[in-house]
Amino acid sequence: MSAQLAAYATSTGEAFQFWVLGAIAVMGALGTVFMKKSVHSALSLAGTMIVLAVFYLANGAYFLGIVQIVVYTGAIMMLFLFVVMLVGVTAADSLKETIKGQRWLALLCGVGFGVLLFAGIGNASLKEFDGTGQANANGNVEGLASLIFTKYVFAFEITGALLITAAVGAMVLTHRERTERAKTQRELSEQRVREGKHLPPLPAPGVYARHNAVDIAGLLPDGTPSELSVNRTLRERGQIRDVSAQALGDLRALEQRSEERLERTETDPAHFKRAEEASK
Amino acid sequence: MENLIALLIAAPLLGAAVLLVGGRRLDAVGHWIGTLLSTVSFVFGLILFVDLLGKGAEHRTLIKHLYSWVPVAGFQADVTFRLDQLSMTFVLLITGVGSLIHLYSVGYMEHDERRRRFFGYLNLFLAAMLLLVLADNYLLLYVGWEGVGLASYLLIGFWQHKPSAATAAKKAFLVNRVGDMGLSIAIMLMFTTFGSFAFGPVLNHAGDASEGKLTAIGLMLLLAACGKSAQVPLQSWLGDAMEGPTPVSALIHAATMVTAGVYLIVRSGAVFNAAPDAQLAVTVVGAVTLLFGAIVGCAKDDIKKALAGSTMSQIGYMILAAGLGPIGYVFAIMHLVTHGFFKAGLFLGAGSVMHGMNDEVDMRKYGGLRTYMPVTFITFGLGYLAIIGFPGLSGFFSKDKIIEAAFAKGGTEGWILGGAALLGAAITAFYMTRVMLMTFFGEKRWQPDENGHEPHPHESPRVMTIPMILLAVGSVCAGGLFSIGDRFLHWLEPITGHSEGNSPLSAAAVTGATMVCLVIGVGIAWAQYGRGPVPVVAPRGSLLTRAARRDLLQDDFNHVVLVRGGEHLTRSLVYVDHTLVDGVVNGTAAGFGGLSGRLRRIQNGFARSYAVSMFGGAALLVAATLLMRAV
Amino acid sequence: MNPVNYLYLSALLFTIGATGVLIRRNAIVVFMCIELMLNACNLAFVVFSRMHGNLDGQIIAFFTMVVAAAEVVVGLAIIVSLFRTRHSASVDDASLMKL
Repeated sequence: MSAQLAAYATSTGEAFQFWVLGAIAVMGALGTVFMKKSVHSALSLAGTMIVLAVFYLANGAYFLGIVQIVVYTGAIMMLFLFVVMLVGVTAADSLKETIKGQRWLALLCGVGFGVLLFAGIGNASLKEFDGTGQANANGNVEGLASLIFTKYVFAFEITGALLITAAVGAMVLTHRERTERAKTQRELSEQRVREGKHLPPLPAPGVYARHNAVDIAGLLPDGTPSELSVNRTLRERGQIRDVSAQALGDLRALEQRSEERLERTETDPAHFKRAEEASK
Repeated sequence: MENLIALLIAAPLLGAAVLLVGGRRLDAVGHWIGTLLSTVSFVFGLILFVDLLGKGAEHRTLIKHLYSWVPVAGFQADVTFRLDQLSMTFVLLITGVGSLIHLYSVGYMEHDERRRRFFGYLNLFLAAMLLLVLADNYLLLYVGWEGVGLASYLLIGFWQHKPSAATAAKKAFLVNRVGDMGLSIAIMLMFTTFGSFAFGPVLNHAGDASEGKLTAIGLMLLLAACGKSAQVPLQSWLGDAMEGPTPVSALIHAATMVTAGVYLIVRSGAVFNAAPDAQLAVTVVGAVTLLFGAIVGCAKDDIKKALAGSTMSQIGYMILAAGLGPIGYVFAIMHLVTHGFFKAGLFLGAGSVMHGMNDEVDMRKYGGLRTYMPVTFITFGLGYLAIIGFPGLSGFFSKDKIIEAAFAKGGTEGWILGGAALLGAAITAFYMTRVMLMTFFGEKRWQPDENGHEPHPHESPRVMTIPMILLAVGSVCAGGLFSIGDRFLHWLEPITGHSEGNSPLSAAAVTGATMVCLVIGVGIAWAQYGRGPVPVVAPRGSLLTRAARRDLLQDDFNHVVLVRGGEHLTRSLVYVDHTLVDGVVNGTAAGFGGLSGRLRRIQNGFARSYAVSMFGGAALLVAATLLMRAV
Repeated sequence: MNPVNYLYLSALLFTIGATGVLIRRNAIVVFMCIELMLNACNLAFVVFSRMHGNLDGQIIAFFTMVVAAAEVVVGLAIIVSLFRTRHSASVDDASLMKL
């Protein structure tokens, strides 16, 4: 395989692979940019990265190909997904532009830059490809290792320091120092009473309804949904699912069934009316 | 002996300091302190004079180095005094006439509540004037020059409550400033040319410098002299300066300060001798001014202004003589001294007349005063005879010599200058006779003023008449004393040099011509003002008379050429400033403001906008790189 | 096929990523687009490595990955703390230099 790669033109197989996977990679990239939900973006990006890993392997960078899958697709993308979950996995972004002219400028710059890059690559004299056959003769990993620990050892050490710094930095950024003793439950309840806040426990979500999930507001006895029953984060994201209309429909169906079973002809109109008002 | 020179200046300076700083406590005795210190200075002058007389002609220069003023390498300015025959003459004139006028002022200013201050200024003037004539370098001379300018300003505007006096003071100051600029430029030119501005190096090496530079220095000195001595074209301030108290007019604007220009030219004789063009300019200025002043003097009804025109004219004679070179230097100074006597006497007489006439200055409202003020009449009359050149009196000797010297210049120039001087003599006789006749002869023409007070002409107190008498004695005797045996010539010759010139006319012929001119002038004046009554209201007069009443349109000329021109220049500069300069400045500011307003929008705080800029920049860099590669 | 096509792909991916950075408001997506750009660069490095027949390009790509990992850690931490204070992950909301 390596002998073929060293040739001026690649094999037909590689060409086929390039065109198919290249198209997937571009689609993934476009998906990353244009998907409304960030979780979809993340998945598209993961796809592109896997394609790139294959390309690394095809170009003789075996170590990098594996690292790409393990570190990038495996670790980094998972980290992304965690954050996406934290921020709201179902939240959809509006793609409507708010800054005047930003989109046109972005497109202009993007197209211009792309054209320039293409022109640059087209102009460059890239006729001769040596291939990695010679370099990988003693094995790709060994070759990389010998370079990293000799020629690039200083940069390598520095990246180590960089990683440590980054880890510490992430901790500092997200860590909140506790400056006083944690309050006991008694103290917390006393404080609540003193401040006149909501005294009893918050209502549970999803109760008195057919659906039972954290993003569904619990219905009060008169049928109105109580926002207090939903987690604050979900409330702020606007991700409360309103099922009151559905619940009322269910109620009506239930009454109708019971009427049929009891063979009543007259329904109590006042009861219906009250229920409708309550739903508003 | 040399220390006396410093004391000469110190005495009036001390007087000025004491009187001006002393405050109201000295009001009662201030005038006597001033007079005393002035007299002390005169006595010192006399002692020095006697000392100089006792020495040989070549040892008569005393140098007193007081201290180094600006001791910088390459720029040495010392406070050094030089007393030689020339400065000695001036010292005696200044302190002598000055002391007499101090004495006179005691009476004249008796009713002025600011008399102490007046004497302080007078003493300040004496100190500055003595510094001017005793300085051994031009820079120190310049200090004195400015000092007398200051004193002149303060004294012209002494009655500052009168707007006319304040304006006149300002005018004198401003016009003098033009001349002072000439002097400062001359000093700078001397420094660049000779590397020094002390009299010794400049005057002894004047011949070494190029004629162009000497001409430039000479013309600048002439400009300075024109300003200080009220010569055309800087003459306009002298007439208005008569707004000051009469003793001031007598001392500063007749006898001493206005002659500083003559001193400057005579002192710088070595420069002028080597620069014939500058000398010619001096003579032209002198000749023009002597006629100008004389014509103005003919038309004025204000007695002091008539005398001011006369002063201008007489100084024109001196400048003319000084411009003639060694032929005339001595006679310029001689006329200066005699003029100092008789003109001071005339002014004091005029002041005495005014004193008795409720400060009336219009001669048409005098008349027949000879019986009311006999002493004033006699002293004024002697001064009158002296100035017109009546044989035997001092003006006769000095003016006659100048006319002779003008002819001795030789050639066409000599004839023109001599002719002008002769004409001037005739006009002098005319206007002085006119003043004399209108004031002391004819019917009395005074009327009650608007308050109904009729003036009661009376003789002035003795403190005023004594100086007048002494000055009249000087007017009568000085000329003869100086001229007979050529005493004054021998006295000054070592300093100024002297040559006889080659006159086309004999001395007797010139004297004869002068006498004829004198008789004609007096005759015309008699025909016009002596035979019949003088109209109280001035007749309309001829075109020349009307122009002369307006000082031959000097102020109109200045107004049209300088003021109006200056206004136009200023206005155009203001226009340029408003449109061009302000336009550029404001336009720049507005441009930057507008640009900032637009650039501010770019700074909207959105990270993505900044990212676009970054990305666009990167794209441009790539483009530039590619372009450079392509090229 | 000429391996130069890999470079064109790399350029295309880079441009798409850059445009995404400029267009998207969600900080997480913006961050992902940055990762896309980094990956595009890595691809170019790997292809250069093949072109020149030595492993230096791969080393650079390796370092890029390390740096990207560090950057992701810090960047995501910033996003999380940003979200904590603003309850929003939009980069446009952080347009003032104050909370």
